[in-house]
Amino acid sequence: MLPSLPIPHPEDKRWRLVVGTMRRHGFAAEALIETLHTVQSAFGFLDLEALRFVAANLHVPLSRVYGVATFYNYFTMKPQGEHVCVVCMGTACYIKGSGQILDHIAEKHHLAPGETTPDKKASLVVARCLGTCGLAPVVTFDGEVAGKIGPAQAADKIEEWLTRDN
Amino acid sequence: MITEELEQLAADEIAQQKKCKHRLFVCMGTGCVSAHSEQVKQALEAEVEKQGLKGDTQIVSGGCQGLCAAGPMVAIEPKGTIYQNVKAEDAAEILEKIDQAPIERLQDPTTDAFFERQTKVVLNLEGRLDPERIEDYIAVGGYSALLKALAEMTPTEVVDQITHSGLRGRGGAGYPTGLKWATVAKARSEHKYVICNGDEGDPGAFMDRSVMEDYPHRVIEGMAIAAYAIGADAGYLYVRAEYPLAVKRLGLAIRQAQKYGLLGENIGGTPFSFRLDIRMGAGAFVCGEETALIASIEGGRGTPRPRPPYPATAGLFGQPTLINNVESYANIAQIIDRGAEWYAAIGTEKSKGTKIFALTGTVKNTGLVEVPMGISLREIIFDIGGGIPNNRAFKAVQTGGPSGGCMPAELLDSPVDYESLKKAGSHMGSGGMIVMDETSCMVDVARYFMEFCMTESCGKCVPCRVGTAQMYDILGKITAGRASLDDLAMLEQLCETVGTMSLCGLGQGAPNPVKSTLHYFHDEYMAHIVDKRCPAGVCKIAAAEGIKA
Repeated sequence: MLPSLPIPHPEDKRWRLVVGTMRRHGFAAEALIETLHTVQSAFGFLDLEALRFVAANLHVPLSRVYGVATFYNYFTMKPQGEHVCVVCMGTACYIKGSGQILDHIAEKHHLAPGETTPDKKASLVVARCLGTCGLAPVVTFDGEVAGKIGPAQAADKIEEWLTRDN
Repeated sequence: MITEELEQLAADEIAQQKKCKHRLFVCMGTGCVSAHSEQVKQALEAEVEKQGLKGDTQIVSGGCQGLCAAGPMVAIEPKGTIYQNVKAEDAAEILEKIDQAPIERLQDPTTDAFFERQTKVVLNLEGRLDPERIEDYIAVGGYSALLKALAEMTPTEVVDQITHSGLRGRGGAGYPTGLKWATVAKARSEHKYVICNGDEGDPGAFMDRSVMEDYPHRVIEGMAIAAYAIGADAGYLYVRAEYPLAVKRLGLAIRQAQKYGLLGENIGGTPFSFRLDIRMGAGAFVCGEETALIASIEGGRGTPRPRPPYPATAGLFGQPTLINNVESYANIAQIIDRGAEWYAAIGTEKSKGTKIFALTGTVKNTGLVEVPMGISLREIIFDIGGGIPNNRAFKAVQTGGPSGGCMPAELLDSPVDYESLKKAGSHMGSGGMIVMDETSCMVDVARYFMEFCMTESCGKCVPCRVGTAQMYDILGKITAGRASLDDLAMLEQLCETVGTMSLCGLGQGAPNPVKSTLHYFHDEYMAHIVDKRCPAGVCKIAAAEGIKA
């Protein structure tokens, strides 16, 4: 079975992954979330071009695709920075001071949750709970989990990203 | 695969394992990995080579051993030695002294109670297996319950066993599992579905993550038994996208089970067929609610709908659907294997069996604990948990996530079971247990949970969408020292409105953290409102007001 709307940029192999997910589910409408997961893992975020492509091929109205993409926190429609720092705001982390970590990062780097630095080097994200509560407060730096982190340590790591030469 | 073949496979695997004199299990749970357990494992493997112990000593990537606070952890079998806070540099000494007395430096007698006071059913393997090998699970009796159910029991007998065991929903609500199964079994339909709710959204809870990561086959076996009992031919594991390792291991486990004919067509040579698939969540707390979860599997926005009809009659794709929590399914195989009476002998009259808690916050031994129902909060926090560090005083313990409550010191001796926790103004919840000491402000905690509910409200019904925002505003005013007693009265009124008028559990439970803190820590609210100060020193009013004066 072929996608009913042609791949926008055939030279970009990432689109094949997206088509692959849809094909595995027989281009059924209920594959929408699974497909958006593939788009996000391949491209890093969801843009309008991808949403249109998915909508046409799963025969789902674009409004519904947009609705799903914006309903779920995990999906993002903004590209992220080169490095991503995730501060866990789960209860255990909150009790142990993850709020102070955010305050300190805001003070030092003028970076609020959901924002990326103007040079696109670092993004700050908050997570509901990373499920590593035994090590609270928890921060991940580019996916690597770091436990029992203090505000200064987190800010220093971001500083390192920002000052590192390309 | 039939029982005889399974037994042969288990015997072969056990014989293989016995060839090794020592098996070292390095915890590869997220907690230990972030404390660099991978380096410890590599160092141990290198030392095995160096000291010429190959064939004699095996290093295994094991599951979670529970005490996350002391990671990386290494367990040595068959001696049962447990080492804590292991570093890569310790590898040589560990292997050199493996036949001698344990290295005292790597042990901590003060944590003995942590291991000894628990009663483990779901976690009884204590991470002593490689979660990525089905053979490891089969060697400890895995999938024998499924084949036993298929070969020796009728679906009705399976449901009866679960009913007699007294197992209740481990997602938190505590609905009798057997009754739920019986309802779906009775529904007449060509297709039925089994769903596992692995959308562990409560902040501060990670029991289900650990069970899915370490014992994926236990969950799958439980689901297959459930499918046989209710007459389903397909199932879905709905797992949070934030748990990539759980998604990976469950996927691997499904493929392994298929390979051995333990999932798929004609399981165990019987007419029973069961197809299992994974669906990833996408970070919406409300999807833990069963009708919202179903909407999400169908590919839509995860908004709940009014019940009835319950999923048992009209669920996924309009078909009768059984939804249970990860931990509920993980109990099933052992109930079938060891019998309902064995299970019912653990726990209290109305709450049977064990419950896993994620013990976190300001407590010494943070980690994963499994305890019999009816144990007191004090035993969990002070005996198993080792009490409050830094010589601080205990203030409250929070269970039940954003729809739970905070319980004060005077309730420490109350038993942990569904009814007692509810009476105390909290509830069992999925198993988060967050301990707070005197440095936590209870109004701030209430505000924290309200912010959570406000953000996670799906927006479908007005009481939850608007009510949680109003309550959050009032709590913000209180913590800023700008609230009046009228605001407090309004907050109390909103608790009633939102709790009784909301569509689903998210809104209905949202006022609970406020109600319980208002009940047990009323003084703290008054201190913020009347005296304009935060007794715990968390809220930023004290300084600001001081400057003004």
